[in-house]
Amino acid sequence: MSFYETVLRLEQLPYETLWKQFTAEDVNRALRKERLDEHDLQALLSPAAASCLEEMAQRAQQLTRKHFGHVMQLFTPMYLADFCVNHCTYCSFSSIYDFPRKKLGPEELRQEASVIAASGFRHLLVLTGESRKESPTAYVKDCVKILREYFSSVSIEVNPLSIEEYRELMEAGVDGLTLYQEVYHQETYRKLHIKGPKRVYRNRLDAPERGCQAGFRAVNIGALLGMYDWRQEAFFTAMHARYLQDKYPECEIGLSAPRFRPYLGEFNPDSDVTDRALVQIILAYRLFLPRAGITLSTREPASLRDRLVHLGITKMSAGVSTEVGGHTQTGGTPQFEISDSRNVQEIIDMLIANNLQPVFKDWDILTVAPV
Amino acid sequence: MSDPFVLGGIPLTSRLFIGTGKYSRNTLIPEVVASSGSQVITVALRRVDPQSQENIMNYIPSQMTLLPNTSGARTAEEAVRIARLARAAGLGNWVKIEVISDQKYLLPDNSETIRATEILAAEGFVVLPYMSPDLSAALRMKAAGAAAIMPLGAPIGSNRGLQTKELLRILISEVDLPIIVDAGIGRPSEAAEAMEMGASAVLLNTAIATARDPLLMAEAFREAVSSGRKAYLAGLGPVEEAAVHSSPLTGFLN
Repeated sequence: MSFYETVLRLEQLPYETLWKQFTAEDVNRALRKERLDEHDLQALLSPAAASCLEEMAQRAQQLTRKHFGHVMQLFTPMYLADFCVNHCTYCSFSSIYDFPRKKLGPEELRQEASVIAASGFRHLLVLTGESRKESPTAYVKDCVKILREYFSSVSIEVNPLSIEEYRELMEAGVDGLTLYQEVYHQETYRKLHIKGPKRVYRNRLDAPERGCQAGFRAVNIGALLGMYDWRQEAFFTAMHARYLQDKYPECEIGLSAPRFRPYLGEFNPDSDVTDRALVQIILAYRLFLPRAGITLSTREPASLRDRLVHLGITKMSAGVSTEVGGHTQTGGTPQFEISDSRNVQEIIDMLIANNLQPVFKDWDILTVAPV
Repeated sequence: MSDPFVLGGIPLTSRLFIGTGKYSRNTLIPEVVASSGSQVITVALRRVDPQSQENIMNYIPSQMTLLPNTSGARTAEEAVRIARLARAAGLGNWVKIEVISDQKYLLPDNSETIRATEILAAEGFVVLPYMSPDLSAALRMKAAGAAAIMPLGAPIGSNRGLQTKELLRILISEVDLPIIVDAGIGRPSEAAEAMEMGASAVLLNTAIATARDPLLMAEAFREAVSSGRKAYLAGLGPVEEAAVHSSPLTGFLN
């Protein structure tokens, strides 16, 4: 059993008519429920919910404060390598672009880690392009071993791996996995992923589950919003999260709602995800999955991030660079353009002004000898 | 009225234990301590960061008895390792064992908790296991060397009150250890009720941390816990199912 069976079932639903059948009453019914089902989730993502956003927001905020309190966990990404064998139409790291590729050596890694750690971060997300030659699991593992000296929690966002490889990385000190399906709609997925191993939809779809099976403490999933109809993509994402949560209750399942951002190429997605739509998605995620962490990246502009902190978000990135060695070197190629370029202190000040406590450390990989 | 509560060799005058999570700013912690009158405070080791100026430990008044918790542990082994780390970090030898292998409801895993209790009690920790109220599990924890038992009133952070009242009553009556109701208490009246039932203390965090005015709420809980305890000591009058007849039908037989 894999989430793929669910994908096949959900693909059969008549979305053209399905979204239209909901009314504000369906949305209000969902708002009054303790545990929401598939039908409630559809109602919250339907056009009818657009007129209930305030009620949804009130409930989402209430749930978030109850389960997470008045705190916001902060983390930052670190790009280790930008070598990539894939050709994806929406990414600067795509193999078709000709720019000097980089990967961090041990010394550069230490410099980058020192600078990031000095700004207060204890939780780090490391990223690579997909290249088994230039940034294989062994390379990531070596990097993680060094990074563990600087950070209390290290998560990875790399190409899909096997359970054994995930276990290897866990042993090296990785405790979280982030892996976005990008697009759940299979036909669109094939259109966007033109060449390379990433073309294999199923291998990517099942990777978060392999991460759960390997025993990661936290697994974070998401769709890149804007690539296909956002209602359907958000619906599949939330269903995927619920599937993982039900099957692997010991794992903290989290979601992100990244919107497409400008990058090196010319590709423009078909589907425009407005701010209202993004808010509706985040609220639906929170109401459907009250205990799931929801991450907000610097893809979103500062003015919007400042408002979204009250609507279900529990984790934020800050002080972000999307290029390899971007905290200590210049001249790299960003994977995409960020939108909120405020430094860490500015984010801290914003959170405090919003009556929220910035939390830099919320876990410590257990390094003492096993029992 | 002298009514000390001795736990782990420490005499306590307050029976309200508080937490450190979910506050909008750490500077609220000493204020809540003052308002609540609490002497025991639980802290998640996962949040302790000795390298940071914002380290939560810097905000806990020195007179408090620390109760480090193993929040985040999914197995007995993880809980044991966290407890050892806490002791090595100078947080004392008390530990609240929290083993939660279910992220959906955050219900404790009693069997793993029993195993962790055995190991840590043998190592000299003052062990307070957080558990789902269950008599046989509580008795095993006692046999394993727990200093008190901390059953939940309702799922953690739910503010639903004493959903497990009947089971709590059984633990209070059958387990010869302090019973500290932990989790789920949302209102001062619920804290008072737990104390009236004979709980030795209550531990709560969400109800105070997420209140509109945490300091006033801390004060309300302080008074409620104290009232509930007094009511328990005073001996509550029996509750009659039906009205007591002032003119009994069989009075002529006397």
